[in-house]
Amino acid sequence: MEKEITLADIAKILEKYEIVELEDVKIKGDIELELAAGGVALPPSIVQALQSIISAGAGVQKAQIPTTPAEELDLELIRTEFKVAKTEWKGQIEEVTIGATSADGGTREATVTIGGEKALPFYNFDYQMPHPPVISVDCFDMPITMAKAVRGHYEDVMEDPGDWAKKNVREFGADMVTIHLISTDPTIKDTSAREAAKTVEDVLQAVKVPIVIGGSGNPDKDPGVLEAAAEAAAGERCLIASANLNMDYERIAKAALEHGHVILSWTQLDINAQKTLNRYLFKLGVPREDIVIDPTTAALGYGLDYAFTNIERMRISALKGDTDLAFPISCGITNAWGAREAWMKDSPIREDSDWGPAANRGPLYEIMTGLTLGVAGGDMFMMMHPTAAAAVKRITQMLFGATGAEDEGKKVKMADWVTWGGT
Amino acid sequence: MKISSPMEAWKYLPGTNCKECGEKTCLAFASLLLERKKKLEECPLLFEPKYAEKGKKLAEMLAPEVREVEVGIGDKAIKIGGEDIMHRHELTFFNRTALAYDVWDTMKEEELRERVREITNWRKFYVGEFLGVDAIAVRSVSGEAKTFAQCVKRVAEETDLPLVLCSFDTKQVEQGLKEVSDRNPLIYAATEDNWKAFLELAMRYEVPVTLFSADLDMLNTLAVTFSSAGVTNIVLDPGTYPTGKGLEETFSRFIRIRRAGIVDGNKGIAYPLMSVPMTAWLVNGNETGAKAENTLETSYWEAILADLFILKYADIMILHSIEPHSLIPERTLVANIYTDPRRPVSVEPGLREVGTPTAGESPLFVTTNFALTYYTVESDLASNKIDSYLMVVDGEGMGVESAVAGGQLNAETMKDALESFDVERKVKHKIMVIPGLAARLSGETEDVTGWTVLVGPRDSGRIPGWMENNWPPETFS
Repeated sequence: MEKEITLADIAKILEKYEIVELEDVKIKGDIELELAAGGVALPPSIVQALQSIISAGAGVQKAQIPTTPAEELDLELIRTEFKVAKTEWKGQIEEVTIGATSADGGTREATVTIGGEKALPFYNFDYQMPHPPVISVDCFDMPITMAKAVRGHYEDVMEDPGDWAKKNVREFGADMVTIHLISTDPTIKDTSAREAAKTVEDVLQAVKVPIVIGGSGNPDKDPGVLEAAAEAAAGERCLIASANLNMDYERIAKAALEHGHVILSWTQLDINAQKTLNRYLFKLGVPREDIVIDPTTAALGYGLDYAFTNIERMRISALKGDTDLAFPISCGITNAWGAREAWMKDSPIREDSDWGPAANRGPLYEIMTGLTLGVAGGDMFMMMHPTAAAAVKRITQMLFGATGAEDEGKKVKMADWVTWGGT
Repeated sequence: MKISSPMEAWKYLPGTNCKECGEKTCLAFASLLLERKKKLEECPLLFEPKYAEKGKKLAEMLAPEVREVEVGIGDKAIKIGGEDIMHRHELTFFNRTALAYDVWDTMKEEELRERVREITNWRKFYVGEFLGVDAIAVRSVSGEAKTFAQCVKRVAEETDLPLVLCSFDTKQVEQGLKEVSDRNPLIYAATEDNWKAFLELAMRYEVPVTLFSADLDMLNTLAVTFSSAGVTNIVLDPGTYPTGKGLEETFSRFIRIRRAGIVDGNKGIAYPLMSVPMTAWLVNGNETGAKAENTLETSYWEAILADLFILKYADIMILHSIEPHSLIPERTLVANIYTDPRRPVSVEPGLREVGTPTAGESPLFVTTNFALTYYTVESDLASNKIDSYLMVVDGEGMGVESAVAGGQLNAETMKDALESFDVERKVKHKIMVIPGLAARLSGETEDVTGWTVLVGPRDSGRIPGWMENNWPPETFS
């Protein structure tokens, strides 16, 4: 049966279904087309669509696209509603709490909880991020060499890890403190495990935030040192850094397990190694809520692309349902200072444009390394420069949507940048 | 793109395996098409009448999800958009975020020209090449079309970089356009209020145009309206709120627009995106009265916004601070994120010569085969004209620090390298300089290899200074 419809009818139908483009459509039957001036005001997209229908159809007279200037076209806005699907993932990142208050057998005044995500970081439109990332500020058990811009902030406390830790909390607002027991390295000072344990006790005395206990990285020495440290900190639910495949991770994991700590599972930019090590930890009986992973941080300009993609891939795999990787991620952002641009006075490359003062570059290298890995999936950042720590805290809080975060952004008219700086 | 396997693309190819494209088979060519390592034009047969129909279809199917827009002309022209994926490991991002730094029309002439030259000439060596800035944005602050036009003219005289002409007033933009209509500038910006006039400008001058609205329904409406009128060289600015809740929403808008374009296949909004980190200056900054500290802090915040939107889908962005501490990390991050992740991580281990070393006199440096590490050391030596040997040890693609920690660089692997590269025959003095980051290996390496081990600086950028104090060693005299 044939039915007569007019152009206006077609336009209505198309509009009703918000169709702005037609593909592979044929209309059969007799078509009469009038595009008289002053007739039905059709959006140009529809005119084009009809035109293509017609030219594909019965070979009826072809309409001409008007080429008159837009002002004279009597164009109307083609109202279109923006739509986008939500992404729902089946996986969820483990929620891990670090630190124990007296209620749980520790002496911390507060604990820190990270993880629990069901979406990519700060994708609150998919699923509200449950916890904002946290910042743990580094201190060491001996004075170390560091970039000038960093050293200035710590010169007065470098001899005493307790004072150092205190400063990190009081002055730099650290959520946590990391004590790196680097002096235990046989090629540095070969400090004994017992002395290291004493240092850990001092730090626990000095601050009331949760702490991270880091070894020297020496594969022979770390198991003994971390065992002693874990024992000294029994019940405090510290993060023990770290178990890795190059050393006796079994001893370290068992010490953490026995004394009620969380274990940091560290691998070097290798997603499969991370899965393997995590599975070893499961086998040893380490509960899932006691694991944080460190997939390795590389500095901006020095492998950040690998670190970014490695973390992003792990997080996406976890959200897709790979439970081997569904753990909060810790990032050693202090590594950013390994980039020569962060500390070197002038460029060693003669043809480079001037690098400007190193003191201005360093903190930004640390900030951008941290923020970039935060957007990839980092839940916890170990940092050093107070300005960098504060900036990463501020931006991640804003993206997280923390209540009380400054809101002056709403007050500016963002189009004003075009005329900004005028008299 | 619409196809996901080489077989699908192969169906549209001639299937003659003629090898004209340089590949052995049409299927091999098809898989390279998908990876965008080959272009359709490299198959001459496809342009013969017999295959033309298929070729046209294939071109449509291979077109990226996000439209690619070109700004500028000649060597310095930039392509923005053209992306197909949401995460770089899925394939690679193709067209890096273009960084445009601003100038404005109330600047004094000399100051203006100097700033344009500074932006144009800026460069930073990175992994074998010099990084530079991509474009210059000219802002109309005066509100006078004539002043703006004069400013645009001066900028164009000083630079061959692509230009972005920024004003919401079409008359001003048009006066500016007249000065550089042959330079294919991007014009900024059409809004709900002025869109007709901008549409007309974009048509008349055939230049790419930015559409601005933080209301995504309006932004989508503008994009559909423009494309329906035949203007498809469009860039979308969903607005960049610099802080607070507004910034959280901005982050969401960029991601949702790109997702709608790539994942949902909504062509009506699949255009390149513009972000404006320089809105940071609207909160904290004051060009004339700002304290130095405040300026530094604001430039950091601007870089933070740049960081976010380099990661999340800005194809072009407008920035203000041209201080080195801003330019260096911003441009480096773009290089990192837009590096093809399929590129090999490591270089071939072996003994390299830098400059023209002489066997008995030139130093032998040791490094690992992580590409970044190798290129950094190599360029530090070459740039400072240090004739030397560089022994690249197989560190399983890791940098020096990680390789020492992980045991890939140790006394044994250095001994293996000395032997397998036949170093002793080429370098007569039996002294090697190991990286400062591997200092702890020096004693054992001397024992195992029988070579004298000197410890170099922790960063190869300091090799020139190290050479002054340590080379030639006393044993030479």
